[in-house]
Amino acid sequence: MHDFTYRTASSVADAAAKVAAGEDAVLMAGGMTLLPTLKQRLAQPSDVVDLGGIDSLRGIQVSGGTVTVGAMTVHDAVANSSEVAAAIPALAALAGHIGDPQVRNRGTIGGSISNNDPAADYPAGLVGLGATVCTDRREIAADDFFTGMFETALADGEIVTSVRFPAPEAAAYMKFPNPASRYAIVGVLVARTAGGVRVAVTGAASCVYRETAMEAALEGNFSPSALDGMTASADDLNEDIHASAEYRAHLVGVMARRAVAACG
Amino acid sequence: MPKDGIGASVKRKEDYRFITGQGAYTDDIDRPGQTFAVFVRSPHAHARIASVDTAAAAAMPGVVKILTGADYAAEGLGGLPCGWQVTGKDGPMVEPAHPPLAVDRVRHVGDQVAVVIANSAAEARDAAEAVAVAYEALPAAASIEAALAGGAAQVHDEAPGNLCYDWEIGDKADVDAAFADAHHVTRVELVNNRLVPNAMEPRAAVAEYDRATREYTLYTTSQNPHVIRLLMGAFVLQLPEHRLRVVAPDVGGGFGSKIFHYAEEAILTWASSKVARPIKWTAERAESFVTDAHGRDHVTVAELAMDRDGRFLGLKVDTKANMGAYLSTFAPCVPTYLYATLLAGQYTTPKIWCGVQAVFTHTVPVDAYRGAGRPEATFVVERIVETAAREMGIDPAELRRRNFVPSDAFPYQTPVALVYDSGNYEGTLAAALAAADYNGFAARRAEAESRGKLRGIGLSAYIEACGIAPSAVVGSLGARAGLYECGEVRVHPTGSVTFFTGTHSHGQGHETTFAQIIAERLGVDIDAVEVVHGDTSKIPFGMGTYGSRSLAVGGSALSRALDKVETKAKRIAAHLMEAAEGDIEFADGQFTVAGTDKSVGFGDVALTAYVPHNYPIEELEPGLDETAFYDPANFTFPAGCHVCEVEIDPETGAVEIASFAASDDFGNVINPMIVEGQVHGGIVQGVGQALLEGCVYDSEGQLATGSYMDYTMPRADDVPSFSVSTETTPCPHNPLGVKGCGEAGAIAAPAAVMNAVHHALSSRGVSRIDMPATPARIWQALNAA
Ligand SMILES: Cc1cc2nc3c(=O)[nH]c(=O)nc-3n(C[C@H](O)[C@H](O)[C@H](O)COP(=O)(O)OP(=O)(O)OC[C@H]3O[C@@H](n4cnc5c(N)ncnc54)[C@H](O)[C@@H]3O)c2cc1C
Repeated sequence: MHDFTYRTASSVADAAAKVAAGEDAVLMAGGMTLLPTLKQRLAQPSDVVDLGGIDSLRGIQVSGGTVTVGAMTVHDAVANSSEVAAAIPALAALAGHIGDPQVRNRGTIGGSISNNDPAADYPAGLVGLGATVCTDRREIAADDFFTGMFETALADGEIVTSVRFPAPEAAAYMKFPNPASRYAIVGVLVARTAGGVRVAVTGAASCVYRETAMEAALEGNFSPSALDGMTASADDLNEDIHASAEYRAHLVGVMARRAVAACG
Repeated sequence: MPKDGIGASVKRKEDYRFITGQGAYTDDIDRPGQTFAVFVRSPHAHARIASVDTAAAAAMPGVVKILTGADYAAEGLGGLPCGWQVTGKDGPMVEPAHPPLAVDRVRHVGDQVAVVIANSAAEARDAAEAVAVAYEALPAAASIEAALAGGAAQVHDEAPGNLCYDWEIGDKADVDAAFADAHHVTRVELVNNRLVPNAMEPRAAVAEYDRATREYTLYTTSQNPHVIRLLMGAFVLQLPEHRLRVVAPDVGGGFGSKIFHYAEEAILTWASSKVARPIKWTAERAESFVTDAHGRDHVTVAELAMDRDGRFLGLKVDTKANMGAYLSTFAPCVPTYLYATLLAGQYTTPKIWCGVQAVFTHTVPVDAYRGAGRPEATFVVERIVETAAREMGIDPAELRRRNFVPSDAFPYQTPVALVYDSGNYEGTLAAALAAADYNGFAARRAEAESRGKLRGIGLSAYIEACGIAPSAVVGSLGARAGLYECGEVRVHPTGSVTFFTGTHSHGQGHETTFAQIIAERLGVDIDAVEVVHGDTSKIPFGMGTYGSRSLAVGGSALSRALDKVETKAKRIAAHLMEAAEGDIEFADGQFTVAGTDKSVGFGDVALTAYVPHNYPIEELEPGLDETAFYDPANFTFPAGCHVCEVEIDPETGAVEIASFAASDDFGNVINPMIVEGQVHGGIVQGVGQALLEGCVYDSEGQLATGSYMDYTMPRADDVPSFSVSTETTPCPHNPLGVKGCGEAGAIAAPAAVMNAVHHALSSRGVSRIDMPATPARIWQALNAA
């Protein structure tokens, strides 16, 4: 780890000011991604601004068919919230399958989506459920938030404050984990919402995306058989030592069918 | 029998300190004035070092000293030695120099080029980044196949074609003749995948030089501190034993990777006198991946000839084994004497030939890893036997039974040098099949099919040669050391006991097992016994722990030392009770005179030995402290049968282990709970090799699986609850009748799992899946079939 200045923040505005003031400052949530990056000397920030002291960023509110999760809420809190389980069980289940207990008790929704790892689970959750990301400056629809591999619509120093999920009619998330990291090789969230069917895919490509052909097929017939024989196109899908693009394309179909089946 | 004696599942004495965080590992040791070392390592698999410029780094804050390969070479010191010389068809193996700091060439990613010593680890790391090494990258040969290809990059000039040796055992013409009479020949091609050992505790070392006594002390993560002292002192740094102390304190797992003498140990010790301050180095996990010796990495073609009834007529095995970039301490013996000699398995195969080509590549050195050679042999034998059974339409259990060495045939001379001492292969097979409900498999398969799942069952009837090893035998095969063991039993004046052993415990529970033997023999409470290991200044000598040798060899040394204690104690007791020595009996801690009610306790005898007022001082020295060296008469041969049942999801290729049953013959068992734990751990490692762990180098020699993001370690939820049991035939040639249990699981499990996977996939026309059988590979194979 290179030297940096550690700073605490008392409020979102305080954090924003400290990030802006630093020469090359970064925000820290649970540090689950940031700290390994620093330890491997892959980043050399001047300042690390810890969001951990800002209570307003933590917590879950459920009201009128909307679940709002504060940016600093850890995965374990979402996984074990009875309110989330009642309103959007798929969201609780998704959070409960992230990493391991240590990671779930440090890692946050804000950190996860700001980092936008192509194999992370939450991006599929946000896009699949049609969530809205709230920042200290504006609101961004999930469809517009995830812009590329490790890239988001966030401007420099912009802070995610919460994520708002509308409760769907039905939804399920199916994840085929990477055997080593247990991030998603392919994760598919299928949701039947008032605005239509959404099928969001993570892990398969460089960034979360929607399988529009599957959405269309399910629009008319919301059952696993509607997806029979359907896979993703292997073009542009990830290929690594764990899975070929063809295998990922195939798994998108399998996970999507299983998710539809799990929607009941 | 005392309640904590032989056969009792005593809770491990050492676990209190381990599970409460009180263990004292090498990295926990801090010496006054300590400095910190960071190694500058090659990012290239193969490169020429044009220059090493340390000027900028030396000027950085906190830097104490920077030493390079040129500095080391200038002092005329030795390279890292190899402890075993294999002689191939064309003469002795090629044994290239292995400088502890590279001089003009680097040969694998992670090869060390320089060491930076600074006041803090952070300063050392900063400065290490500032050491400017000008590399001229060269083409690399990063796999066996690439290294043997025409025009391949050469790892060492003195090893043309990258061949270390071309070795064989058995008479090829004789075996070919057996094949000529065969009714059926089964052929398999196998890859024994390369593994990264991944002990929980990374390697670490602290070295210190005392100018007043001119003594060096090295604390290191080792399975065999005396061996390190011998190799480093005599061959590398030329330091005499009496001025070199090597301490291996608590060690968090080794699995073989901490047997070997590593460059960091020698460089730290060498540098400690130069900086005149202690130096500490602790590997980071990423560093462990590219510097700990890896395991396995064989490519094999095998053929088995059978008669009409499936009786084995002959076995031919052709293996290529990856040595990595340099010869690690025991590397050459692993794919030869620890491998090919086990190819008879549990069977009476009359003719066996095996050829082994050992190959240099631009990868981390490969050496012994849990099982070392024997898992590779078991994988060959048990994969080909199972395949043969399926091809012949004979039940795999039945085919094995037809070919087993019968229980009344021991001692049994195999065609590949070893003499099996005892065993009951029918017994362990029957027990494992019963535990696995082998007969109920067809119904379970049908049920799985109804759910769209593919179910398979696989057997592995393994054998291993443990209790390593008779010194004269291994000496004649090229070992450059003896492989006896030493133990000292020091009875204290009040009757408590300290046992000093040359073996080393890094997870195996020796502090408990050895204490149980002493409690049993001397009738003392187990809490009155302390077991000490891992310090050359305390223990007379020792060869350490590997090859499931600690109990069979170290326990035998203990047993012999206890014999001596008992003999002397009886003489003292005879004197105290005014009886003839021959009339003294000893049981449950009491010496009695046969036919009388006279008795004296062990504690009284011990006190008398140290307070010799009423004592036969003319004939007997005071004190009660006895040492024994034990050199085994033969290897021991643990054997057994493991049965694995899997269920495969054909849609994703995911494998679930539905059940796993093991029946093992380890000879007599001292602590059944510890044995069970060893078997559990071994099976998990074997499952890891079969399904999860695959070390991947890309064609440039970069390690693609250099962290846990990409290298899949087995986790608790990857395995089911195991059914584990033992069947005992005592070892006839050691005093405890024990055989060893530390490696069995890792040896047996891969073949059991892979036989089950192949069985499950056979209904879909898949005939070959290599380890690790990942979901992606299985899906690929299902798709291609
Ligand atoms: C072993 C391990 C296994 C994991 N497995 C999974 C898995 O299976 N699935 C999965 O989805 N994830 C997984 N993760 C990731 C984990 O879920 C974390 O959410 C993720 O690492 C982010 O961590 P964090 O919340 O602590 O954020 P940090 O590491 O603190 O920050 C991550 C990045 O986000 C920025 N940031 C943080 N908070 C905000 C904010 N409020 N506004 C703007 N920017 C912000 C930081 O500046 C930084 O760049 C795993 C991580 C580990 C270490």
